[in-house]
Amino acid sequence: MSAELIHRLHFAFTVTFHYLFPQLTMGLALLIVVLKSVALKTGDEKWDRAARFWGRIFGINFVFGVVTGIPMEFEFGTNWARFSRLSGGVIGQPLAMEGVFSFFLESAFLGLFLYGEKRLSKLMHWFSAVMVFIGSWISGFFIIVTDAWMQHPVAYDRLPNGQFEVLSFWQLLMNPWGLLQYAHNMTGAVITGSFVMSAVGAFYLLDGRREDYARIFLKVGVIAGLISSILIIFPTGDLHGKYVAHNQPAAIAAMEGLFKTEDGAGMILIGQPNEETGLVDNPIVVNNLLSFLIYGTTKAQVKGLDQIPHDQWPTALPLLFYAYHIMAGLGTWFLLLMLVSAFLLWRQRLHHSRWALWALLLSFPLPYVANTAGWMTAELGRQPWLIYGLMRTSEGFSDTVSASNGLFTLIGFMGLYALLGLLFTVLIYREISCGPEPQAIHA
Amino acid sequence: MMGFIWFWLVAVMIVGYVVLDGFDLGVGVLHLFLVRTETERRTTLASIGPVFDGNEVWLLAGGGTLYFAFPLLYASAFSGFYLPLMIVLWLLVLRGISLELRNHIDVGVWRALLDGVFGLSSALLTIFFGAALANVIRGVPLQADGYFFLPLWTNWQPGPHPGILDWYTVIGGVVALVALTLHGSLWLALKTSGALGQRARRIVNPLCLQLAALTVISLGATIHVRPASLDNYFNYPITFVVPVGVIASLVLIWQFNRKHQPLRAFLCSCSYLFFMLAGACWGLYPTLLPATTGADRDITLANAISGPHTLAVGLVWWAVGMALAVGYVVFVYYKFRGKVDLASASH
Repeated sequence: MSAELIHRLHFAFTVTFHYLFPQLTMGLALLIVVLKSVALKTGDEKWDRAARFWGRIFGINFVFGVVTGIPMEFEFGTNWARFSRLSGGVIGQPLAMEGVFSFFLESAFLGLFLYGEKRLSKLMHWFSAVMVFIGSWISGFFIIVTDAWMQHPVAYDRLPNGQFEVLSFWQLLMNPWGLLQYAHNMTGAVITGSFVMSAVGAFYLLDGRREDYARIFLKVGVIAGLISSILIIFPTGDLHGKYVAHNQPAAIAAMEGLFKTEDGAGMILIGQPNEETGLVDNPIVVNNLLSFLIYGTTKAQVKGLDQIPHDQWPTALPLLFYAYHIMAGLGTWFLLLMLVSAFLLWRQRLHHSRWALWALLLSFPLPYVANTAGWMTAELGRQPWLIYGLMRTSEGFSDTVSASNGLFTLIGFMGLYALLGLLFTVLIYREISCGPEPQAIHA
Repeated sequence: MMGFIWFWLVAVMIVGYVVLDGFDLGVGVLHLFLVRTETERRTTLASIGPVFDGNEVWLLAGGGTLYFAFPLLYASAFSGFYLPLMIVLWLLVLRGISLELRNHIDVGVWRALLDGVFGLSSALLTIFFGAALANVIRGVPLQADGYFFLPLWTNWQPGPHPGILDWYTVIGGVVALVALTLHGSLWLALKTSGALGQRARRIVNPLCLQLAALTVISLGATIHVRPASLDNYFNYPITFVVPVGVIASLVLIWQFNRKHQPLRAFLCSCSYLFFMLAGACWGLYPTLLPATTGADRDITLANAISGPHTLAVGLVWWAVGMALAVGYVVFVYYKFRGKVDLASASH
């Protein structure tokens, strides 16, 4: 196996596992602020207990996010040394800023939120929750800024020794690609948070326990789920997709399986791209839809892969196609499910509709799948570039670290993370069984 | 000038990490053999619970600062120390998880296992960090292109082709283990009361003696392994205040501990760590990573530094961000000041 592939898998595996945790913490952070705000306004102890319960779930997720996140910052250097040497002056900045502006804030106020409720006033405890929310969303912003620069490099210059240098710090932070991606990504995190919250509510009701808390969870979860499921498609997904289409034509052509340039290109809902024949097998197509979504007119021409040199095609074409279609298909399911659930909630029938509760319960893993597939779409679409148009992935990995050294530590991470996944499941299961009741408080 | 500033800002981040995460690493080592009862253990862990995550952030913020200020150093050192760094990462993962799990699991056997993992990973981390610093001081076999790849060990000699571990770097690891264990015991003496606090206080002075002996040995070994470490000191004799500070800190730890002034003793331990690290950095300056393969291959400030605009902009946000960060740190330590009270530590 080639060293390049191993280093790619190394980063891909560790970052994919890592992002299972922050997507929930970033989403939950917002919902916990909602719970705490209602508690503060109404003085209803139940909402405070609900916040404390989700705080504990948040805390566990946070720890797993931290311990799996530390390796990410190191891997830029360990596995991608040649890339880091040239680009550190640019992307090292947002990464360092994440530590300085977000992690200090987040860890300080999370400590206060989890351990300090008895030492703080009610308002101060609410404030801690808000700060944890702000900290986690700032953190997401800096990571997106980093990725956005690799997707769509802006505001840079090259020094005589080949290193990249920031020309305008403001433009680096306000990279339009990054702003769109941030809006889309954070909405995705809220979807994960609200689906998990609804699923726990549905679980309690189906199990015939804790009806009071289940009602709170379903109300907050379904309303937030409906709003975020709309926003993920329109405007964030729509705008982000258009921006990709205009700036990474190879990526959009591969995502859509568009081998040939077409006027009035259709959108393939289901199919299997075949690189050898240059066709999509077994397609189900909606005519003209792709042209309309990108350009707003059904007749516009969309560039296909045939107009792009073969050495600039994304390297894992079918995988990219599937990842994108899974994300988009699940996004449609989220909207349908939340529309129905919100309707039932409004008519006060949700709590008795066992089929809807089952659907909500069983759907909780799907946002994780969709968020992962979305990130795969973004990163596979960027290939074969590491920095789009400027540096190829084959030029960036650490060539002093051999394939088999890389494979050794990759397997090490796989084993360790399998253990972590197991422990995480046990801990979360235990919290959900103990529930939000006061006797469940433990040191 | 920018090089000088950023060299010391990175040094500040490292000192911040060692001083803060240092005491919770030390507590991790200590709790294995200092603690007698479950209540004592929970008190011990509660003393670091609210601040442990924040302490570790210094490592991340420091790593990020190093990344953008000196990309060549970051790229070369992280890929060259590949295997030990991966082990450090695994230890950090295990340590963080074992501490968190402990709060959620109430079966005795599992708790004992997790306590063991927490203690052992803490001890190994201190040793690895000490050895890492010693590796940087000793130098690495840099190739002409600025990269290297170190095996875990070769013949245990710090020659031109050393391994991560040789007799010199092992001394560095032991110094760090003892120094941070001492640091942790002073923290416990400060934060806990009763029999536990007394036991913590009682082991301070023996540790202090051991550390004094080890400090002298490590200074001698450093001069032997890298004689150039003294150049800066002789060029600027005023800077001999640093070794004086090291010795004074040790003496004062001893004194304050005898006089039952745990806060002052702890602060002197902070200053010991500060002087040791600042002294090591000053011995290196302006080299960042010496080459054992010839001084012309050294990674230095001049060849590793980022572009001027990057550094100028960085200085602005770094100053603002770190001022805020220090504010949060002070606030949290203030809110959790005084002896640990298990009853008020809900989770």
